[in-house]
Amino acid sequence: MDDTDRRIMHATQAGLPLTPEPYQTLAEQLGLTKEEIMQRMAAMQTSGIIRRIGAVPNHYQLGYRFNGMTVWDVPDDKIDGLGQQVGQLPFVSHCYHRPRHLPAWPYNLFAMVHGKTQEEADGQIMQIAEVLGEYCRGRDVLYSTKILKKTGFRSA
Amino acid sequence: MLTDLHKHLLNDFQRDFPLSPTPYRDIADTLGVTETDVLAALAELNEQQFISRIGAVIPPNQIGASMLVAMAVPENELQRVADQISAFPEVNHNYEREHRFNVWFVAVAATVQQLQAVIERIEQQTGYAALRLPLVDDFFIDLGFKLDLQHA
Repeated sequence: MDDTDRRIMHATQAGLPLTPEPYQTLAEQLGLTKEEIMQRMAAMQTSGIIRRIGAVPNHYQLGYRFNGMTVWDVPDDKIDGLGQQVGQLPFVSHCYHRPRHLPAWPYNLFAMVHGKTQEEADGQIMQIAEVLGEYCRGRDVLYSTKILKKTGFRSA
Repeated sequence: MLTDLHKHLLNDFQRDFPLSPTPYRDIADTLGVTETDVLAALAELNEQQFISRIGAVIPPNQIGASMLVAMAVPENELQRVADQISAFPEVNHNYEREHRFNVWFVAVAATVQQLQAVIERIEQQTGYAALRLPLVDDFFIDLGFKLDLQHA
């Protein structure tokens, strides 16, 4: 990733322009050609710098009011296999391994779930618990009660 | 109120948005509507905040360094601390959650060193310790999220 790639990513941070030729609009802003922008975005997607290009839905506004950050304590030597299984569940939007901080924070596996009702979210959490089975040594769910700030890249 | 076109745009184009000179016309052709319809419907989704944007989703730590941080803040201090944290331009997400650790934010900086410095400044300003939860591994293969829009 070079400076030109970075400029493209920053210029599209708030979204692609809603113009008939959005890459041409960007090209004029950045002093590049639309072909170069499309090529670079395709290359960044191939190399994994870009995960996907598309509409980024706002779950909360679409009726998903029960957005839970589920956190689990699973053995470190099992987390890779378990994390991949949890990450594949269709209702999980993010799934990460993060460090524990004992004794205050015993959890090492994070998975975001999204339900329209409490019951739906509870059902999703039960399905994660089933995947983890006997390896689940502890768990908690943290629901967001307020968005205090949300801008720019979704990146963590 | 979402139309069928809104619903298709929300669910069918979370990935593989066309990298072609006229992506909105390509989408319109796929859906059997006009380019103007697609542009108008996307502008409506934007205005009503049903989408946060159409653009690239980037995995964590691809651009600069980022970290999830939690803090346990007493209720009567929450607003002050939340405002102080949100004022940092390096903080791009900040949520209140129901838990002893009730403030959760993501900080992003160009380098790991700058990121550490920002988090230390936040600790000094707020007077509360940061629980640092950097990413060890990302298990998510992001193909978008299938939205249930039946009653939307």
